[in-house]
Amino acid sequence: MFLINCPFCGERDQSEFSSGGEAHIVRPKQPTELSDDEWAEYLFMRKNIKGIQFERWNHVHGCRKWFNVVRDTSNDKILSVYKMGEKPPVNYK
Amino acid sequence: MPNYRIHKTEYIDETKRVSFKYDGKTYFGYEGDTLASALLANGIHLVGRSFKYHRPRGIVSCGAEEPNAICQIGSKKDLTEPNVRATELELYEGLEASSQNCWPNVKFDIGGINNFISPLIPAGFYYKTFMWPKSFWKKVYEPLIRLSAGLGKSPTEPDPDIYDHKYVHYDVLVIGGGVSGIIAAKMAAKNNFKTLLVDDKKILGGSTIYQNNESIKIDDKLSSEWLKNEIQEIKKLSNLTFKTRTSIAAYHGYNFLLAKENLTDHLPEEKKKNKIRQRLWKIRAKKVVIATGSIERPLVFNNNDRPGILLSNSINKYLDYYGVTCGENIILFTNNDSAYETSISLHKKGIKNIIVDLRKSASSELIKQAESLGIKIYFNHVVTNTFGYRKINSLEIMKLSEDGNTTIGDKIKLSCDCLGMSGGWTPMVHMHTQSGGKLDFRDEDQVFLPKENSEDQISVGSCNGDFDLENIIDKTVNKINKFLDIDNQDYQDTNIICSKENDKRNMWLLPNKIPLGKTKCFIDFQNDSTAKDIKLALKEGFRSIEHVKRYTTTGMATDQGKLSNMHALGIIADTAGVKMGKLGTTTFRPPFTPLTFGTLVGRNVGKFFEVIRKTSMHEWHVKNNAEFENVGQWKRPWYYPKNGENMHDAVQRESKAARDSAGILDASTLGKIDIQGTDASEFLNRVYTNAWSKLAIGKCRYGLMLNEDGMVYDDGVTTRISENHYLMTTTTGGAANVLSKLEDYLQTEWPELDVYLTSVTDHYSTASICGPNSKKILNKLFPNLDLSDENFPHMSFKEDKLENINCRIMRISFTGELSYEINIESKYGNSLWKMCIEAGKEFNLTPYGTETMHLLRAEKGFIIVGQDTDGTMTPSDLQMDWIVSKKKYDFIGKRSLYRSDTVREDRKQLVGLLTDDPKEVLEEGAQIVSDVKSNPIDMLGHVTSSYFSPNLNKSIALAVVRSGKTMKGQKLIIPMENKNINVTVSDTIFLDKENKRLNA
Ligand SMILES: [Zn+2]
Repeated sequence: MFLINCPFCGERDQSEFSSGGEAHIVRPKQPTELSDDEWAEYLFMRKNIKGIQFERWNHVHGCRKWFNVVRDTSNDKILSVYKMGEKPPVNYK
Repeated sequence: MPNYRIHKTEYIDETKRVSFKYDGKTYFGYEGDTLASALLANGIHLVGRSFKYHRPRGIVSCGAEEPNAICQIGSKKDLTEPNVRATELELYEGLEASSQNCWPNVKFDIGGINNFISPLIPAGFYYKTFMWPKSFWKKVYEPLIRLSAGLGKSPTEPDPDIYDHKYVHYDVLVIGGGVSGIIAAKMAAKNNFKTLLVDDKKILGGSTIYQNNESIKIDDKLSSEWLKNEIQEIKKLSNLTFKTRTSIAAYHGYNFLLAKENLTDHLPEEKKKNKIRQRLWKIRAKKVVIATGSIERPLVFNNNDRPGILLSNSINKYLDYYGVTCGENIILFTNNDSAYETSISLHKKGIKNIIVDLRKSASSELIKQAESLGIKIYFNHVVTNTFGYRKINSLEIMKLSEDGNTTIGDKIKLSCDCLGMSGGWTPMVHMHTQSGGKLDFRDEDQVFLPKENSEDQISVGSCNGDFDLENIIDKTVNKINKFLDIDNQDYQDTNIICSKENDKRNMWLLPNKIPLGKTKCFIDFQNDSTAKDIKLALKEGFRSIEHVKRYTTTGMATDQGKLSNMHALGIIADTAGVKMGKLGTTTFRPPFTPLTFGTLVGRNVGKFFEVIRKTSMHEWHVKNNAEFENVGQWKRPWYYPKNGENMHDAVQRESKAARDSAGILDASTLGKIDIQGTDASEFLNRVYTNAWSKLAIGKCRYGLMLNEDGMVYDDGVTTRISENHYLMTTTTGGAANVLSKLEDYLQTEWPELDVYLTSVTDHYSTASICGPNSKKILNKLFPNLDLSDENFPHMSFKEDKLENINCRIMRISFTGELSYEINIESKYGNSLWKMCIEAGKEFNLTPYGTETMHLLRAEKGFIIVGQDTDGTMTPSDLQMDWIVSKKKYDFIGKRSLYRSDTVREDRKQLVGLLTDDPKEVLEEGAQIVSDVKSNPIDMLGHVTSSYFSPNLNKSIALAVVRSGKTMKGQKLIIPMENKNINVTVSDTIFLDKENKRLNA
């Protein structure tokens, strides 16, 4: 059970949050210009990394804000949290 | 009656005699006993039958690792409990226990026959034999296996006991109150760490607390005396909390641990009443010290499972802690020094005993002490067989060959009434591995040890592979100082004297001249798997320890292989010629010992099982005899039976009334989202398939919401209240998810939009009145409101007051009738409802529930998202292309609507079905085919909604059918168990295609 440091509320139990999958997948601005394959890439394809992964989390039973989390999936350590729209911390690239 | 209690100890209160029943017979013990120690004091070893062969089995251990002494406690239908370990159950007045695994009784049973046919029950027997024919499994095999295996009986009535949950936060959690745990807790607490110490036993002190060998001393005191002093001291520390009878069940990531505290299991029946039985502690600790100790290993030799064969250290504990001897003529069989402590202790209390030691020779303080007491020691000998059916009465030993691979010389037969075995010690690394820690392997004594890699947790004491007292104390002190970054000097000058073990000889499967196939060398006592089974599994090609484990079921019983996993690994390694450390271990999964369901659910039972949401009108519905349906967490009126009506009759009556005159529905549960902001219209444009910019203020529009994959997600009517203010409604079940999805898009994809979302589902109550007389009823309620079609047309919105309270009134319809929805602040919901009912009396205004609502909308072919859709339906599949804007550049899911898969013409599509026999009502979920003779039958789709319509006087149904759009008029078949039902594909709208009733 993680402890997640919500950028708006501080450290809270994982049960207050819901996970929203991979971060930094931007919805295409002009979906109609895309081929089926390109659209499918956006729609279905997600990484599943053993190691450092960038994820979206929602403080659903708290401030309801979405934010980003850097997590090492091999040991579940959360290395960093940052707000939506902020650039991912460079040292984990 | 025999009495094996041979001396007094401070842990047994002989002034407090306790009577208890075991297998129906009354016995006596004392306060302080466990059920196991009390049985042993009465000379009872035989406590059950083995799982597969039904061999007689006795008490083996004195703790959580016990594989055999598994009991059923109590006999009441609501309070009986299976799988309780007699070694952990504290004795109390009136306890009723019975041995579990021995139908029809422990002394004679039918399953015992398996012992003689055992060559026919090899590894994988259950997999190989009971797989075929399939139909036999449920009716023949399973009941038989269950009956003869006696897995215990679960209660058949709800558990009346009270359970509790509690969250706590600590700086340091110490698991285990043995010598290393006590030292760690004291050091932490004295250095200002808020500390919690938990131990599963009744008292702190672990195995050192009854230690009384003169050769093991701390500061010139017996180690037990020294430790008692330490315990007195830590009890004075203000920031240390300790919990006994509390065991850690699970160690999750981020130092989140679950512990079970037993509060009343040791109390007599009358004292248990109205008290919390068990409490689940949810612990967050900044740092965790694991001091869980180690478990003695059995030895694997022929017939090592007879009653009277125990772990050597358990014999010691029964003697020195409980005052009970396990026999009068004891043999100790060992490969290490610890059995010598037992031997010396027995000798001092006048119990005759001899030692059989696998080691060629060995020397240490303890061995010297034993020799000087004249205890007979057979070095370099091995036990090759044991005898005695219900209890061991003798055994055979033989000398080991030079290389130790076989036996030599003559058999020596020794008589005995008890055998203690010690195959060394297995550190309890469960907690360490559960937390994510890795293991190292130490070859010299074949143990897995915690590999330290974490700042948050550490293992100390014998669970870290430190076995002698000097090592334990020195290392614990050093490690805790480092772990907590402190400089504690309390133990700087502690002087420890203890015997040091110098010689080891580890063998997993002991040599024997008898071929393995003819021996019974048990590894897992509870699941009855033998060394032979492991070897057979290897022979049959299994290599992975996880596979061997499942195939032989080794380690898969309720004790989770605490005594057997290492032996299984060892034998696999030896047989396969692999280094044991390279083989890895099986996964240590929580819980460490079984938990009751009661503990897990705590107080979330009965009416607290789930949150129940009720509308403001709920009490009225109850008073008016409503049957309720659960919709999400909501309780919604399902139908209102009158004068003993059944559901069908009630729904027929309600449906007819709604169309003939007027009906009223509590629609408060629909999700309501208040949308405000200068970009609200643009936002709706992006989330719904149709266009919103041109919706006039005061108008309503139906919208369909898709997922990005193009599939229908939710639907509902949204009203434009003012320029930048909308009220969206969602399905009852989808409300929370829709809000969450919309928030997601707003916050992450379109943060530039000026839009604010607020859930107002609970803020407004809604009464929906429909039917040809609804306008008249509205007119009575709102006499000043112009209800003409010109002023208040279909799909529009007005505000008015009901006795000075603001109401929002929408003229929208889910039934196809002229219909109004009145929204009012929830606190007035009940009054609104009653006023509607009152005003409607003269028009036979009939309250109707969800079932009638479903029927009425089905007559009109309106879909219910989640009933007629299942996450694979596009708007086009639903024949709702009209609602998808062609002009809009983008909306959620648009691009997916022309993916190659979504434009396929043979997708399942929504159609209507009419049965050839208009009285025949289809079953929802029934399969649809066109030809019942083909093999296999081609499945075309299924029925999604089906009703008997009283307004049309015939059966109607909605269904999804492959290429259904093109099939109107076509005949299809619904094959049922005993007949085929003929249907014709129809339009989805069954009633009033011209929508005349909306303006009736
Ligand atoms: Zn938050």
